[in-house]
Amino acid sequence: MTLSNTKLAWQVFRRNKSAMTGSLILLIIVLMSLVGPWFAPHDPAQQFSDKILTPPLWYDNGEFLTPLGTDDLGRDMLSRLLHGARLSLKLTIMVVFAAAFIGILIGAAAAFLNSGLRTLLMRFMDLLLSLPSLLLAIAIVAIIGPGLPNAVYAVVIVLIPQFVKVTQGAISEELGKDYVMATRLDGAGHTRLLLHHVWPNIIPALIVQLTFSFSTALLDIAALGFLGLGAQPPIAEWGTMLSEARAFIQFAPWTMTLPGLAIFLTVLSINLVGDGLRDAFDPRLNR
Amino acid sequence: MFRLLIKHGTTLFVSLFGLTLLTFVLSQQGDEALHAYQSSSFIGQYFEYLQLLFAGDWGFSSIHNRPVLSDFLLHFPATIELVLLALLFAIIFGLTLGIMAANRRGKWLDNTLMGITLAGYSMPIYWWGMLLVLLFSLTLGWTPVAGRIDYIYDIQPVTRFMLIDSLISHSQYGMDAFFNALLHLVLPAITLSTIPMAIIARMTRSSLLGVLKAEYIRTARSKGLSQQRIVWVHALRNALIPILTISGVQISIIMSGVIITEYIFAWPGVGKWLLEAVSRRDFASIQAGILALSLLVIAFNLALDLLASYMNPRLRRPS
Repeated sequence: MTLSNTKLAWQVFRRNKSAMTGSLILLIIVLMSLVGPWFAPHDPAQQFSDKILTPPLWYDNGEFLTPLGTDDLGRDMLSRLLHGARLSLKLTIMVVFAAAFIGILIGAAAAFLNSGLRTLLMRFMDLLLSLPSLLLAIAIVAIIGPGLPNAVYAVVIVLIPQFVKVTQGAISEELGKDYVMATRLDGAGHTRLLLHHVWPNIIPALIVQLTFSFSTALLDIAALGFLGLGAQPPIAEWGTMLSEARAFIQFAPWTMTLPGLAIFLTVLSINLVGDGLRDAFDPRLNR
Repeated sequence: MFRLLIKHGTTLFVSLFGLTLLTFVLSQQGDEALHAYQSSSFIGQYFEYLQLLFAGDWGFSSIHNRPVLSDFLLHFPATIELVLLALLFAIIFGLTLGIMAANRRGKWLDNTLMGITLAGYSMPIYWWGMLLVLLFSLTLGWTPVAGRIDYIYDIQPVTRFMLIDSLISHSQYGMDAFFNALLHLVLPAITLSTIPMAIIARMTRSSLLGVLKAEYIRTARSKGLSQQRIVWVHALRNALIPILTISGVQISIIMSGVIITEYIFAWPGVGKWLLEAVSRRDFASIQAGILALSLLVIAFNLALDLLASYMNPRLRRPS
């Protein structure tokens, strides 16, 4: 990907209103997760026993000190949401980069394997991709036990096959092109060919995959927390907060609506950015 | 055709091998052994495990005191009922919305529908399900909160499909039991169908727009056919092929979703049963549940691949 291609993609992306809106929302969420915990009014674990289930400000009996209300243990929702944002985004980034690193390595290796081994490996990846991701995550958590770190490992494993497929597919496509043959005839080895010639051309496909993996990872980590297989209760994690709120939907709907809204907005903005990136990098749409 | 068989054969072989290896490892967890193996080596025990699977002995749950396979089959109809209705919703509404959007490309209806579907596939369904409960069950009181049917109806389990069983007990309750069961089914089915519906709508739109650019559509138009006839008769048929090929992904999204949906609505299907098994560390049940659900998905994908290559001759040549 030369500089002019990056510029071209940015030109397309910048004119895409929904993608820019998504970027803006995502930027705000990321900023909140970075500085939010310092501005959080209370400790996320502190229980105000006299303020249990205080509603948010827009209710008649809302209180100014707990602007988004409190949960069933009297913990401040705003502080928990802000700390949850940092935790969720941190975990998501870690998970996606770990999966991408492993997946890209396997995918790149697969592209240079002999065809029999490659078929076998890719069929195995197809199997992992075709299995329901949550089912696979549950199987992994069942083996290594519930809890936040284990749920994170499970989601990493679930995400790897997509990166293998995308990397292997993109590299194989590039390897069939004339410029690769020309470089080979010039005497370039596998490593040089891959790093200097093929790699720049597959970056767009990988960036798009990376973006969509962020939303999958965020949703899956929260889903495991919600099902009681991921982060365990005292931790301020969005999925776990939703799970704790289940019993109070009727009396304290804000304990359920707010963490879910946080997940939804984050995933939505990531998907908007991902759609925009895909359109920007796709040369067929550029014309 | 022969090469096609080889291709699907390897896929199936690798899939079954990988899957049974995973469930074998799962069955080895926990305090008590699932089977009394004669062999002491890992490989020997794995083959004995395979033999037992083929013989129909999937293990025995010490918690439920029943063979796990019969336990699974007991909960399975509830899941199938939910999945089928959700699939029906997703296909009907997904196709309709997609066609509507493609017909009004670039207009406000298209933009609105695409916005809604984008929100749909970004939706954490564990939140969406609870929002629907909050609105339709707790605030408006239209639908029940959880379960398959009200306890006042004493339905005899014949097929274990509640919609059918409640019809069978027609003489006792009239149509009341059936409508009650249907009412219990609506919210879980909507929750489960949301993401597939959004994906189908977006796929239909883009696939249809692609097909509408083809030469044969221009020919049809120059013959003076109406836009409706072109879309519904000439374009849709070809536009459906890519949608068919992504149905494999849909089924795996639905299978993930059904576990969450059953958890939210206390729906007594295999998803809830599996989660309970995980929390009780009942590895015999976990192993059987994961094996059975995965086999289903694999079988569905295989059938789909064969159907796709039957419909589209270009796919018959393996790449």
